[in-house]
Amino acid sequence: MGNVLEIRDLHVQIDDKPILKGLNLTLKSGEIHALMGPNGSGKTTLSFTLMGHPRYEVTKGEVLLNGENVLEMAPDERARRGLFLAFQYPSEVAGVTVANFLRTALNSVRGTELSAWDFFELMQQKMNFLEMDESFAKRYLNEGFSGGEKKRNEMLQMLLLQPKFGILDETDSGLDIDALKVVSKGVNALRSEDFGALVITHYNRILRYIEPDVVHVMIDGRIERTGGKELSLELEEKGYDWIKEDVEAARGR
Amino acid sequence: MGKTEEIVSQEYQYGFHDPENYVFKSGKGLNRGVVEELSRMKGEPDWMLEFRLRSLEIFEKRPMPKWGADLTGIDFDNIHYYVRPMDKQGRSWEEVPTDIKNTFDRLGIPEAERKFLAGVSAQYESEVVYHNIHKDLEAQGVIFTDTDTALREHPDLFRKYFGTIVPPEDNKFAALNSAVWSGGSFIWVPEGVKVDIPLQAYFRINTQNMGQFERTLIIAEPGSFVHYVEGCTAPTYSSDSLHSAVVEIIVQKGARVRYSTIQNWSNNVYNLVTKRAVAYEDATMEWIDGNLGSKVTMKYPAVYLMGPRAKGEVLSIAVAGPTQHQDAGAKIVHMAPDTTSTITSKSISRGGGNTTYRGLVHVAKGAERSKSKVNCDALIFDRESKSHTVPYIEINEENVSMEHEATVSKVSEEQLFYLMSRGLSEEQATQMIVMGFIEPFTKELPMEYAVELNRLIQMEMEGSVG
Repeated sequence: MGNVLEIRDLHVQIDDKPILKGLNLTLKSGEIHALMGPNGSGKTTLSFTLMGHPRYEVTKGEVLLNGENVLEMAPDERARRGLFLAFQYPSEVAGVTVANFLRTALNSVRGTELSAWDFFELMQQKMNFLEMDESFAKRYLNEGFSGGEKKRNEMLQMLLLQPKFGILDETDSGLDIDALKVVSKGVNALRSEDFGALVITHYNRILRYIEPDVVHVMIDGRIERTGGKELSLELEEKGYDWIKEDVEAARGR
Repeated sequence: MGKTEEIVSQEYQYGFHDPENYVFKSGKGLNRGVVEELSRMKGEPDWMLEFRLRSLEIFEKRPMPKWGADLTGIDFDNIHYYVRPMDKQGRSWEEVPTDIKNTFDRLGIPEAERKFLAGVSAQYESEVVYHNIHKDLEAQGVIFTDTDTALREHPDLFRKYFGTIVPPEDNKFAALNSAVWSGGSFIWVPEGVKVDIPLQAYFRINTQNMGQFERTLIIAEPGSFVHYVEGCTAPTYSSDSLHSAVVEIIVQKGARVRYSTIQNWSNNVYNLVTKRAVAYEDATMEWIDGNLGSKVTMKYPAVYLMGPRAKGEVLSIAVAGPTQHQDAGAKIVHMAPDTTSTITSKSISRGGGNTTYRGLVHVAKGAERSKSKVNCDALIFDRESKSHTVPYIEINEENVSMEHEATVSKVSEEQLFYLMSRGLSEEQATQMIVMGFIEPFTKELPMEYAVELNRLIQMEMEGSVG
């Protein structure tokens, strides 16, 4: 099924400070896009805005999911429509088990009640796939999790909820190679004609495991370069400064 | 995502009430005549009448407490002190009148029966109308009855312990209860007997301006165990009601008693309860205490650790919504060496609600190597709501270990956003955070009570997000 997520001329500010300054990006199902950029370029702002974080104020532009205005939807509605954000720093919720949370989330997104037994089987299957220990399901959500455990948990949620589009906000940061492989396995498992992903990253490393179709480079709130996989290799070699210089020259500074 | 500050007032879910149908109802107000009449109608022995009258004098002399919650709204002259709904107790479910059954139906009492729970002792108004002791309990020699019956049928046992843990001199409301008490549960567990099913009672107020003054007495003989569960829910009325109970528990050497309460009084009830236990050598006393609803609650379950290695635990939650003040806590008195105590208090304030943790840990001279741990966690929903922690610690012994931790947290925007990004509505997300917060409490409850508590809290939280 051909789903389309379109970001058009998006301007976003936080506490009156402009962060995104006219960002355009179109993501289609079946595609994996990498969004790369230096710290402070607005990558996390973009991911939070797409999911509807209340502190991010959209001042101009639109985000359309299959033609529908996403910006008017509360975060839970966006989730039900098929958007998923893998958080860089997922919140801890004391006293709520991973299993209880996942079941509530899955039932909410599907809009139907899955029996406890069916849910348990499904969850176990996904956990096995991500090489997670069974005891994980009984732990309290993200409480005392290592960085790697948090990211696996995010991937587990994505595999269960099966979104139309996954946005991964620096999911690779702070991961060792083994955890990185598992996370990549999660994304690659969903890779199909029905799924698209925006992999936001600072480094090229994760792109060795998740091969992007398109690579964007974001500088100061805008996408300044778009290319194929070779662009990420170039960035790895040369860093971001050469693009920054080009941009500044073009903007006449 | 909206703010959690706007409160839509919810109609109290259990606010139905049946037509009043009473055999006897005392006039409003309290005096010697009311107490004498009450005692005469119950056919009590002289010593109890004397006890009541002495208690009345103490009540009249004592000033209102100057600390804690605001009690100025109580009008003692505008309360019925005794109501008896029917002539005699129902022995079986069939004998219970239909309108009373309807009330119980809506509270799920028959379901509890079907689940083979232990004797259900349901207090409807001032007297126990339905009481059923499981045959296994009888065979074990356990006495589980209402307190009035215990006075008639087990006079020596009754007199030996009644009023010894909470004497009328203790405080004004204990004196009031001692003067006009009616109903409540009486439990005696013989030496070495372990009651493996929770004993349950359901309390309910149903007459406007009616005080409810039940009196519970539990005696666990050496090496025994019992878990008593009490749940309360009252219908809504326009003028204020008073609930002032006394609970006395004696935990003999090596015995263990757990007392679990979930109270959900309607928002006009003053809930002023004195709960106290003494635990002797190697004994364990556990209070599990959940306070929802009411206008004002003042309740500080106490454990006196009288013998070496005795243990006391108080685990409580308090939920205060608009116009409510939950002033709750615990009191632990270490009187003997190697005694240990744990206090865990969790409070939730929302919509301008006010919670106070008020706790005392006292270590007496000679209570060497005593250990005490106090944990207070408050969850606050909005700027209008308040939470206070008032811990008193008195230590008269050198070699003791004392820990106190207090945390205050808010339902954070980040947590809500995270949960909502997974498809949960703001209300669902808020509930999940709250359920998680009180999980250390709910996991200690029998399953059906945990389910009921979760449902009650969900009802409390409905409309708390704008």
